[in-house]
Amino acid sequence: MELVYSRTKTIQEDKVSGFCPGCMHSTVVKLIGEVIDEMGIIDKTVMITGIGCCGLHMDYIAYDTITAPHGRACAVATGMKRSNPDTLYFTYQGDGDFASIGLGESISAANRGENITVIFINNGIYGMTGGQMAPTTLVGMKASTAPQGRNPEEHGYPMHMCEILNQLTAPAYLVRTSCNTPANVIKTKNAIKKAFQNQIDGKGFSMVEIVTSCPTNWGLEPLDALDYIEQKMLPEFPLGVIRDK
Amino acid sequence: MARVLMKGCEAIAEAAVRAGCRFFAGYPITPQNEIPEYFARRLPQVGGNFVQGESEVASVNMVYGAASAGTRAMTSSSSPGIALKSEGISYCAAARIPIVYANISRGGPGVGAIQPAQQDYFQATKASGNGGFRMMVLAPATVQEAVDLTYKAFDYADRDMNPVLILADGVIGTMMEPVELPEMKSEEEIAAIKENKKAWACIGHELDYANRSWIQPGQWDTVKMQQWNEAAAKMYDSWEKDIMVEEYMIEDAELVMTAYGISARICKSVVDMLRKEGYKVGLIRPITVSPFPYGSYDKINYDVCKAVLDVEMSIPAQFIEDVAMGVKDRCKIEACLCSGGNIMSREAVIEAVKKILDK
Repeated sequence: MELVYSRTKTIQEDKVSGFCPGCMHSTVVKLIGEVIDEMGIIDKTVMITGIGCCGLHMDYIAYDTITAPHGRACAVATGMKRSNPDTLYFTYQGDGDFASIGLGESISAANRGENITVIFINNGIYGMTGGQMAPTTLVGMKASTAPQGRNPEEHGYPMHMCEILNQLTAPAYLVRTSCNTPANVIKTKNAIKKAFQNQIDGKGFSMVEIVTSCPTNWGLEPLDALDYIEQKMLPEFPLGVIRDK
Repeated sequence: MARVLMKGCEAIAEAAVRAGCRFFAGYPITPQNEIPEYFARRLPQVGGNFVQGESEVASVNMVYGAASAGTRAMTSSSSPGIALKSEGISYCAAARIPIVYANISRGGPGVGAIQPAQQDYFQATKASGNGGFRMMVLAPATVQEAVDLTYKAFDYADRDMNPVLILADGVIGTMMEPVELPEMKSEEEIAAIKENKKAWACIGHELDYANRSWIQPGQWDTVKMQQWNEAAAKMYDSWEKDIMVEEYMIEDAELVMTAYGISARICKSVVDMLRKEGYKVGLIRPITVSPFPYGSYDKINYDVCKAVLDVEMSIPAQFIEDVAMGVKDRCKIEACLCSGGNIMSREAVIEAVKKILDK
């Protein structure tokens, strides 16, 4: 009988995910693991995690990992990749990490065309700290620090990181995907694989922005959160390849 | 080996390269720009990497990354830039990652003054970032000493898996002096250093959960966090053996000056001048200000010593608090201070000494 599916070796069998029900971190971490398995690169892959829920899986993945200070993952990855070019270095960052406190590090690494990969989890909210407003929070979306909802007059508008980085000359690959449907999960996996291959091929900076849900802090059931992605998040953050060179 | 004439900042950079430093990231700030500029020219010649970071914060984090991947790595800055780097330095201390950095320090809080000063003593020795960690802090008084201490700093950092700070000022950083440079580490030696770090470095490992690299700048578990802090404290205590200090003519001294860095160099010439005039003066010069050589102050003959004179380019005085812990109320402590980027004058020190001894 042909084996068509098996558990990724990159996740420890005796460990339990620390993520909330319906959280898509676990989906993305599994996809990354499957890509690592399929590419056969577990012995030369390192994840640089940001601060927040994006660090919750450090304990149960089976490959090398380091925690960067909040927002600095792209700078840490820069130092690692330049001093050790044979290893694949990818950052795993949330929206607060990548697009708020780490905006300078993120844009500058992209502008230098660092040969690293960024997995950017955009769920429009700070998860671990309890639902504060993120740079990607939708207009009108409630957050614990914007209890009346995001008001453009006071808070400005959601930031579109793919489009912002697309203003730069150096980045090789900028893509926005989601995990709200099986088809989008497959597209996300393919995008991660391409972004990793780009790094192996020395093409420079690649980023996969993944629009995900945070049922806990959105105050929605996991299934309702999927609808929210479709109806609210994706019109603001349209999916697709923004740059591929 | 032949001596060469070098500027302090450049000599520090060359010493680092010779010690095997192959990664440097920094951000421009006076008076230390010659350090990144030198690395920018020099590192490509030896197969290393130089990055001008987008900020001090980014630069120190690049160094955290490079060192976590097993490469000897360094950054440098000046006072307000060092404050920005404190985030990354604290992370290196927490993750037990060996880095070396230099502070060519400024003359006051905020943007301060770019001229030579010793205003960063507390920041350097007591609280270089959050969390109560400690580092070895080496304070050169000459360009030669800056070279020798920088070269050694990388060994200390690797031995302890902890950051090491070179604490200097604008005089040491910008003046030119003849120096004898240490031997250049060979490619084989540098490769061996990197090889030794392979077990823990984040470079990728075979599938083996127990032996993968997991670099953690903190602990989720409170028991583990306390154990970590206890292990770190034990490491800090072990530095007693690494104390470096110059004790100059203190046996019969009726007044002992004490100072570090450039102030100490000025004091030493004052000792020589005043000894010729018949004044029995001496000098205690900590070379490591962390660990601090408290024991040196036990060697003062308090039966004849009228005062210890703290000389530092800092107002308010900071170094004086460690001096007081060494002197332990056995005689009075006077201070001779200047600040703001004004360099200590020999005349001011001589006047302060005579004011005490001529009473």
